[in-house]
Amino acid sequence: MPQLAEQQDTYQTAFDAFRREPAFGAGAEADARTAAFDRFLARGYPTTRDEAWRHTSIAPIAALSFERAAAAVPDAAALAAVGFDGVSHVAVIVNGRLSEKLSSLAGLPTGVSVTSAPVGAVPEVADLNVFVDLNSAFAEHAIVVDVAPKVVVEAPLHLAFVTVPGRTPALVSPRLVVRAGDGAQVTIIESYTDLGAGVTFTNVVADIHAAPSAFVDHVKLERQSSEAFHQATTIVRTGRGGTFRSHNVTLGGRIARNDIISVLEGEGAECTLNGLYVATGEALVDNHTTIDHAKAHCPSHEVYKGILSGHARAVFNGKIVVRPDAQKTDAKQTNKALLLTDDAQINTKPQLEIFADDVKCTHGAAIGQLDEDALFYLQARGISLAAARTMLIHAFAGDVLNGIRTASVRDAAMRLVETQLSI
Amino acid sequence: MLLEIKDLRVRAEGKDILKGLDLSVDAGQVHAIMGPNGSGKSTLARALSGHPGYEVTGGTIRYKGLDLLDLQPEERACEGVFMAFQYPVEIAGINNAYFLKAALNAVRKHRGEPELDAVEFMRLARDRAKLLEMDQTMLNRSVNEGFSGGEKKRNEIFQMAVLEPTLAILDETDSGLDIDALRIVASGVNALRAPDRAIIVVTHYQRLLNYIVPDVVHVLSEGRIVRSGGRELALELEEKGYGWIEPEATGARA
Repeated sequence: MPQLAEQQDTYQTAFDAFRREPAFGAGAEADARTAAFDRFLARGYPTTRDEAWRHTSIAPIAALSFERAAAAVPDAAALAAVGFDGVSHVAVIVNGRLSEKLSSLAGLPTGVSVTSAPVGAVPEVADLNVFVDLNSAFAEHAIVVDVAPKVVVEAPLHLAFVTVPGRTPALVSPRLVVRAGDGAQVTIIESYTDLGAGVTFTNVVADIHAAPSAFVDHVKLERQSSEAFHQATTIVRTGRGGTFRSHNVTLGGRIARNDIISVLEGEGAECTLNGLYVATGEALVDNHTTIDHAKAHCPSHEVYKGILSGHARAVFNGKIVVRPDAQKTDAKQTNKALLLTDDAQINTKPQLEIFADDVKCTHGAAIGQLDEDALFYLQARGISLAAARTMLIHAFAGDVLNGIRTASVRDAAMRLVETQLSI
Repeated sequence: MLLEIKDLRVRAEGKDILKGLDLSVDAGQVHAIMGPNGSGKSTLARALSGHPGYEVTGGTIRYKGLDLLDLQPEERACEGVFMAFQYPVEIAGINNAYFLKAALNAVRKHRGEPELDAVEFMRLARDRAKLLEMDQTMLNRSVNEGFSGGEKKRNEIFQMAVLEPTLAILDETDSGLDIDALRIVASGVNALRAPDRAIIVVTHYQRLLNYIVPDVVHVLSEGRIVRSGGRELALELEEKGYGWIEPEATGARA
């Protein structure tokens, strides 16, 4: 780990360079950036001495000198491959900047918009972690998805975050805000793809608000290269009677970390946090989720599954908080990991903090190899060992992927799982 | 001779279970293997199917002129060996029809036959499901998941009906079946009796043999076949129990 001062110099240089550009903003916005940057400097990156980072060393990130990712024009053919069949509403965000030219948003129904807004114009995300500070300092603008009350968006909206790496390690700082009004319904697909080779660090902050009775179906598909670092902080607030569903699919990156904080802040709000990750080689995937039951009568469901091979490592920490007011909470958490090699490793921890007495909370973890009895059963019917393994891996991953409602996205994710595992 | 087992010795969990078993089965025949618990009946079935937990330490198995012990479990299946499991495995997330179509096409491919598409397969599957009086919805459920004991055993024989093996080994298919389920499973098996197919029925009880009438009955004791005879041998066992066999077996070895 480099000296703190050295680390700070790198970011200071990048921040000073940013300050000279118009995108930095002026007045209150500039002040907010500077304050965020100061907080980042004061806190510094977490180390493995921090409980939340005990199993995830970000020394490889801290060791690099990043520059703020430059504006870039992605290759048209490569960009086309980022899309999903049948998904026509696409917002393209290149290196953290919304490109209206590359996006296809004309067909969006009335009451739905995807726009960019100054970071200072969107609500600050509460003091969560140092990566939020870093994002607030460097995010060029916020990408804001607004769905007006009662508007039901039938077709999914794809937010295609693409990264065009540069010659030097690039820091990409997307900031996303999703606001679904009362009774609105929307499916959002948030994908991350690298177009080209090179080291990148994507540090995204997403702030999602589902108003009372709103329904937000969220797919996050991270399929960046093995050179990428990915840190995503997603905070979700769901109002009375609202529903939030998350399908968090992590298939790429050298280090990929998701911090998801889902607050059920109205009675009868419901959330599903499902996740699938595949890590191979030397990759590390870390999912830290928090479901905060703030009010009564809220069900939450959580299934996280991982497939690890090579020397890959994974961390799962599933925190469930049940506040004193949150009587009749019904929380279920499951996490399972398949270790396909002896050198793969997972650290998993449920973390229940329950302050109400009339609640149901269950959790379970299962870590292991492919079921040998099942493999033999399939072989005994004529299916080759390789095909039997593929079938069992499909079934394992399908448990999470089948929850994705858009077939082309589900299929693309399954194909990536296969590619990652060479099956 | 379709199957010829000579001096078969098998170890499992660190114990010698089969200690020099000889057995010959002709095409078109039904053989019953009976014997007390722990005599090695299921070990024989599992060794024939190539279960990795059963180590063959000696002897030979010739099947269709092939050295069966040289073949992987899936190769045995493709050559027409089928074992109905005593404890069918539940596999979450794999649809019964999808699984069986993959199995059938693997077998067909091995035989040089064209693979069946989904429509052709479903036609065949529905037809065979009738034989076992199986509810069609079982085809769309995960393999054996949440099936009752009877449904699991029926599903095994259903798979046999679809895969049309040359040598079928039924490992205690009658265990855990009520009389109605037993009748259905047995009539399914009987419908599959054919001149080019041999069936080995492994069972502890005579009861199943009232429905699936064997050509030959063997009694297994302490890892060897100690007596072979016609159907009347099963009835004799039913009447006298296994006790009268064992001292003889011990005597024969001494």
